[in-house]
Amino acid sequence: MENKITQKLLLLGELFWVFFKIGPSTFGGGYAMMAVIEQEVAGKRKWMDESEMSDLLSIAGSAPGGVGVNASAFIGYRLGKIPGAAAAVLGITLPTFLIVYVLSFFYSYLQEVPKVQAAMKGINGAVLGFIGAAAYRMAKSALVDWSTLAAAAGSLAVLLLTGWNPIFMILAGLGLGIIIVRAKKWLGLKVVTEKTSSSGQAETGVIEYYI
Amino acid sequence: MLLWQLFVSFLKIGFMSFGGGYAVISMIQYETNRFGWVSGEELRQAVSLSGMSPGSIATNSATLIGYRAAGLPGAIAATTGIVLPSLIVVILIAACFYRLHSSFWVKSSFYGLRPIITGLIVYAAIHFGFPDRSAGAIFNWTTFATLLIGAASFAAVTKYKIHPLKILFLSACAGIILF
Repeated sequence: MENKITQKLLLLGELFWVFFKIGPSTFGGGYAMMAVIEQEVAGKRKWMDESEMSDLLSIAGSAPGGVGVNASAFIGYRLGKIPGAAAAVLGITLPTFLIVYVLSFFYSYLQEVPKVQAAMKGINGAVLGFIGAAAYRMAKSALVDWSTLAAAAGSLAVLLLTGWNPIFMILAGLGLGIIIVRAKKWLGLKVVTEKTSSSGQAETGVIEYYI
Repeated sequence: MLLWQLFVSFLKIGFMSFGGGYAVISMIQYETNRFGWVSGEELRQAVSLSGMSPGSIATNSATLIGYRAAGLPGAIAATTGIVLPSLIVVILIAACFYRLHSSFWVKSSFYGLRPIITGLIVYAAIHFGFPDRSAGAIFNWTTFATLLIGAASFAAVTKYKIHPLKILFLSACAGIILF
């Protein structure tokens, strides 16, 4: 009994530590993080095999939230149930939390310095480019036909003109997809829900994400 | 109570944060406007600082806004709020519907969800690029130079696959020269 508890605690500690190390190394987030996780979890520690890794990728990409946090929760759960998931998520979140905290602490002291302000304006431009790149990648996997193009244009117009809560737009999107696919099937139209590559195989199928 | 408000708002956002960080910016902006946690300019700074840090931009923004609104307890409340849904949803998927991804329902929901997320990200980009949308503010040097750096960084990410850290560093240097 004693022994079991010690083992469990050791596992939780290891989960925490593995993801604590992965956390700050994932600049560029998203799928850059997945490569590091795969190396650590499937390669080095043999916690999971190849087929589990592909499940991991699809679940991490389709659940809400960052892929890194989702992946750590999944691995943690598989190894140590709910306490394992909690330890892994805490591990991956804590380092970035501390980095952001320290960065904002320094920034609040330096924000009056003109050179820092100018550099920050430059960084605003870079981040604008990142947001644009995220939109571009998402558009590439999202806009597969006229209905999806109309949905994207429509949602942008609604946001710009009405100021509705974006949360409702997401909920509407979930319902809309099911309605459109149902309606198309009913009308006997061809339904393609994902972009397919030339070989006819569906591409990754997970949402493409960036940071 | 402020801490509870931060926690609940980011919890809601967390459950809806499909498609990662950038779509979430629009939601954070909406909640921030509603409760007045930080000003528009502070929010923009928070997003930029989040982009400079490793990890998810959504979680980082939550941390920063929570901190500005209510100090360290605020940062903890907001971060916990945005991360908790991921934990809950992933545990549910892992425990119950293991083969969820290939199902008809998931595929067709995501078919409708992805274009909306695209719309949300474009909206976030417009807000971020033109925080003040009066004619005088759109046609000025700051906006022009920001767009110029933005276009360069867009090309660097999508076409040349340059590491984000390098882009951030070069943009900071460009900022010091241009502004």
